[in-house]
Amino acid sequence: MSVRRNLLRLHAALVLGALVGVLAGCEGEHPQSTFRPVTEYGVILDRLFDHTVWWTMPVLALVWIVLLYVVFRYRERPDAATPRQIHGNAKLEVAWTIGPAIIVAAIAVPTIRTIFAVQPKPPADALKVEVIGHQWWWEFRYPDFGGITTANELRIPTGRTIDLVMRSADVIHSFWIPRIGGKRDVNPLPAQPGHPEHGATTAHPNHIIFRTDSVGVFYGQCAEYCGDSHAVMRVRAVVSTPEDFDRWVQAMNVAPAPAPGSLEAQGKQIFETHACVACHTVNGTNARGVLGPNLTNVGQRLYIGDQDRLKTTPENLARWITNPQEFKPGAKMPGTKQSGGGLPPTGLTDEQVRAVAAYLYSLGRTTPAAPAPTTTTDTTSTSGMK
Amino acid sequence: MATAEARVRAEFEPHGGTGIWSWITTVDHKRIAILYYVTSVVFLVLGGIEALIIRLQLAQPNGTVISAETYNQLFTMHGVTMVFLMGMPISVAFFNYLIPLQIGARDVAFPRLNALSYWIFLFGGIFLYSSFLVGQAPNGGWFGYAPLTSKQFTPGLNADFYSLGLQALGVASIMGGVNFITTIINMRAPGMRLMRMPLFTWMSFVTSFLLITALPVLAVALFFLTFDRQWGTNFYQVAAGGDPILWQHLFWMFGHPEVYILILPAFGILSDIIPTFSRKPLFGYAVMVYSGCLIGLISWGVWAHHMFATGLGPIADSFFTISTMIIAIPTGVKIFNWLATMFGGQLRFTTPMLFSIATVGLFTVGGISGVMHAASPADLQQTDTYFVIAHFHYVLVAGTVSAVMAGTYYWFPKVTGRFMSERLGKWNFWLFFIGMNLTFFPMHFIGLLGMPRRTFTYSPDLHVTNLNLSATIGAFILAIAFLLLIVNVLISRRNGAPASHNPWGAATLEWATSSPPPEYNFGRIPVIHNREPLWLPGKEEVVEAAQARPGAIHMPPPSFWPFFTAIGIVGTFALFLTGHWWAPLIGVAWTAIGIVNWAYEPTH
Repeated sequence: MSVRRNLLRLHAALVLGALVGVLAGCEGEHPQSTFRPVTEYGVILDRLFDHTVWWTMPVLALVWIVLLYVVFRYRERPDAATPRQIHGNAKLEVAWTIGPAIIVAAIAVPTIRTIFAVQPKPPADALKVEVIGHQWWWEFRYPDFGGITTANELRIPTGRTIDLVMRSADVIHSFWIPRIGGKRDVNPLPAQPGHPEHGATTAHPNHIIFRTDSVGVFYGQCAEYCGDSHAVMRVRAVVSTPEDFDRWVQAMNVAPAPAPGSLEAQGKQIFETHACVACHTVNGTNARGVLGPNLTNVGQRLYIGDQDRLKTTPENLARWITNPQEFKPGAKMPGTKQSGGGLPPTGLTDEQVRAVAAYLYSLGRTTPAAPAPTTTTDTTSTSGMK
Repeated sequence: MATAEARVRAEFEPHGGTGIWSWITTVDHKRIAILYYVTSVVFLVLGGIEALIIRLQLAQPNGTVISAETYNQLFTMHGVTMVFLMGMPISVAFFNYLIPLQIGARDVAFPRLNALSYWIFLFGGIFLYSSFLVGQAPNGGWFGYAPLTSKQFTPGLNADFYSLGLQALGVASIMGGVNFITTIINMRAPGMRLMRMPLFTWMSFVTSFLLITALPVLAVALFFLTFDRQWGTNFYQVAAGGDPILWQHLFWMFGHPEVYILILPAFGILSDIIPTFSRKPLFGYAVMVYSGCLIGLISWGVWAHHMFATGLGPIADSFFTISTMIIAIPTGVKIFNWLATMFGGQLRFTTPMLFSIATVGLFTVGGISGVMHAASPADLQQTDTYFVIAHFHYVLVAGTVSAVMAGTYYWFPKVTGRFMSERLGKWNFWLFFIGMNLTFFPMHFIGLLGMPRRTFTYSPDLHVTNLNLSATIGAFILAIAFLLLIVNVLISRRNGAPASHNPWGAATLEWATSSPPPEYNFGRIPVIHNREPLWLPGKEEVVEAAQARPGAIHMPPPSFWPFFTAIGIVGTFALFLTGHWWAPLIGVAWTAIGIVNWAYEPTH
C-alpha cells in the first residue's frame, strides 16, 4: 500500500516536471527569455547560470534520491526491533560539511570573476546613452548626437559598445531587457553626482555596458516596483545596422513640415496651442516641454504607451490621447476628460484628437530618409543563442 | 483518574473559566499560544484570499479581474500579512506553547509581557487591515522601497498604515524575543542543560536573538520613514541630500535575519518530529545546534544579496556573494543530518512525518535556487522576477508553512488530548504537496522567461500564459489544503481519537505531562539526565514527576492590563494618522495608565 503510494509520489514528481517542460516549451517564442542573450554581457550571465545549475542539480538529485531511498527502505515493519540508536558520526558530518563547501567554492570562483567582468569601466569610444526612468516611461538621451532624445524605444547600432548611464527622475526603477542582459536599478541621484556630502552609494549612476551584433527588436520592462503602472512600464531596444542608425539620428533633426491645410497641419496647430506643449517636445517646432516623453519622430515608434495593445496607428494614438489612464493607470498625462498628473483635462474634442493623432503619426514617416520602424529581423537564427 | 483531578483542584487553585473574559485576561502561555495560533490562521486565510485574487488576475494575460491600484494593494498586503501576521506569529504560537513544556518550566519568564505581545500583535494586525476600509491599504510592496513610499509619490495614508502598523508589530516581536531568551536561560528544569534542550527550543532561542537584534533595525528604518512622512524630514529624499539606498540597507539588515526568523523555528520542528517517527535520536545533535547558531550569525552578513541590482560595486557584490554562499553550508548540513536521522530508522508515515519529509525535500529546492541567486551576476537576470517568487515560496511555503502543518498535526494531541484525523490529514498533505508544486514550480520558468514580479498584468507575447494558469490552478488546490487543515482542527478538537500523554512515543519533555497539560504544566519539576528523557532509563521518574499531584503551586493570576496597555500602544501609532501632533499623546497617556496599574497590580 505504502510502496504504491510512494511510487505514485515519484510519478507525480516526474509528471509535474514533464508538464512544466511542455507548458514552457509549447508556448512559442519568448521575447523576454533570459536564455537567448544577444550580447556578450548576456552570454556571460547565462553561462554563469548554467554553471550554477550544473553544480547544484547533483546536490538536489542526491538529496531526493537518498530521501526516496530512505522512505522506501526504512518504512516501519511490524516485527522489527528498535533501530540502532546512533547519535551521529563525526567523519560523515565533516564529509558533508566539506562536500558542500567544495561545491560552493566551485561556484564562487567563476562568480567573482564574472562580477568584475560585467562591471568594467566604460570604454572611451562607447556610444553613451543616458537612460532616465520616469513613472512610467523611459527617456533616452544621446549626448554624442547633440542631445537628441527619444522615449521607450532605445535605438542603437550593431557592432559598437553601448554605455547606458542611468538615473531616475522620481522613484527607483530597474532597466531590464533580458536578451541584452541583467537588470540594473535606475536610482534617483543627487543633483550634483559625486558631491562630497553625498554617500558613495547613490552618487554615481549605474551603467549597463554591452555590444550586440544582432539586428532586431528586443523587449524588456521595468523590474523594480515603481507604483501603479509598473507592470506596463515597458521598453524595447531597436538594434539596427550602423547605417540605419545614422539615418535615424539624422531624421531626428529634421523639422516636421506637414502640407499646409492638411489634417496633420491642423493637428500641429492644435498640438502647439494646447496643453500638449507643456510637457512634450517635437524637434524643430516650438513644442519644447520636458516633463513628458519627447515626441520627435514618434510615428516611427513601434508602440504607443503600453507596448502590447497599442501599435502606433492614428487610431491608437487617438485612443491614447483621449484617455491615457485606460492603458497606464495613474499616468501623469491628462486625457480629454480626465485630469492626470495634477493637470486638468485637455478638453480636446474628438475632431481635434483625430487631427493631433494624424500629426503625431506623420512624425518621422514623411521623412524619406527614415528607416521603416518595423525592420524586425528575426533574431532566433543569430549565432550564439539557444 | 477523576478523583485524582478532584484532589488537584482542592490544592491548586486554577485560574480558569472559559469565557471571553478569561481569554482577554489570560497570562497562561498555553492559552496565549492558542490565541497566537488562531489569529495567525485567520491572517493566513486573509493573506490566502489576497493570493487567490492575485492568481485570478494573472490566470490570463491582460487580466481584468481587478485594477492596478487594487492589485498593488493586494500583493503588498499579501506579503506583509504572510511575513508579519502569519509567519512570525505562528512561530511564536509554537514558541509559547512548547518552550516552557520542553524545558520544564511552569510558564514563560514574563507572563503579562507575553500577553501584551499578543494583544499588540492582534491590534497591530487589525490596524493594518483597517486600511482596506478606507481603501488605502499599503501599496509599496512589503519591503516598501524609498522614495516610492514618500509623501510625494504616495500621498495617501497607504504608507502610513505600513510604517505605523509594522512599528507596532515590531514592538510585540522584540518583547517576545526578550521573554523567550529570559525563559530559556533562567527557567530550565534541574539537569536541563543547554545541550540537552530539544532542538525546537534551541532554534527558538536562536530566533529570539534574531528578533531582538533585527527588529530594532526595522524600527529605525520605519521611524525615519515616519519622520519623513509626518514631519517632512529628508532621510530618504535625494533632492535634499537624503539617500533612498539607506532604506534598502536598513530594511534588508532586518529583512535577511527575518528570513531566518521565519525558517529556524521550522528547522526546530523538523528536528523534533523526524527522530520521533524514525525511532532514532537526532543525528548529530551538537552539529544541528551549532549549524543553527551559525546560520543565525551569518544571517547578519548577507543582507545586500537582496541588492545585487542596486549597484553597490564589485567589491560589495563579491563580499555578499561569498557570505551568502557560505550560509548554504550549515543549511546543507542540517538537511544531510535529517536524512541520516531517518537512515536506518523505522519510519512511521503519519501526517506530521509526511509533512516533515516533504519539507526536507522541497526546502532543498528553495535552498538550491538560493545558491543560484547568490551568484550575483546571474542574479541580475533573476532578481525581481518570478524566479525569486518561486525561490522564497519554496523556502517559506514548503519550508516554514509545511513545517508548521507538521507541527500542528504533531502537537495537536498535546494541546487538546485528541488526535487530528489522519484520514483528512493524508488528503491535507497530498493536496498541499501537489498544490504547492503546481503553484510555485512553474514560477521558476515564468521568471527566467522574463516576467517581473509585482506586475498586475503581463503580455500574451511573453508566452507564459500556460505556466501562469498552472500556478493559478495550483493556488486553488493549495487553498483547499489549508481549508482541510482548518476543518480537521475544528472537527478533531471535539471528536478526535483520545490521545495519551505521549501518543507518538516521542523523546522530549513536553510529552511527559498530561495531554492537555494542566495550567501549571508539571506537578513536580522533573530532573533531567539526558537529551531523550522519555526514551532513556529514568523515563518513568520523569513522567511520574510531571504528572504528580501538585503542591501549593503559585501561578500568576490573570491580568487585564496587558490588553489595556496594548490598546494604548497601538492606539499611539494609529493616532498619527489623524495628522494632529497632539493626537498620539492620547495613546501615550492611555499607555501610561495601563503601565501604572500593571506595576501596582497585586500578583498574589
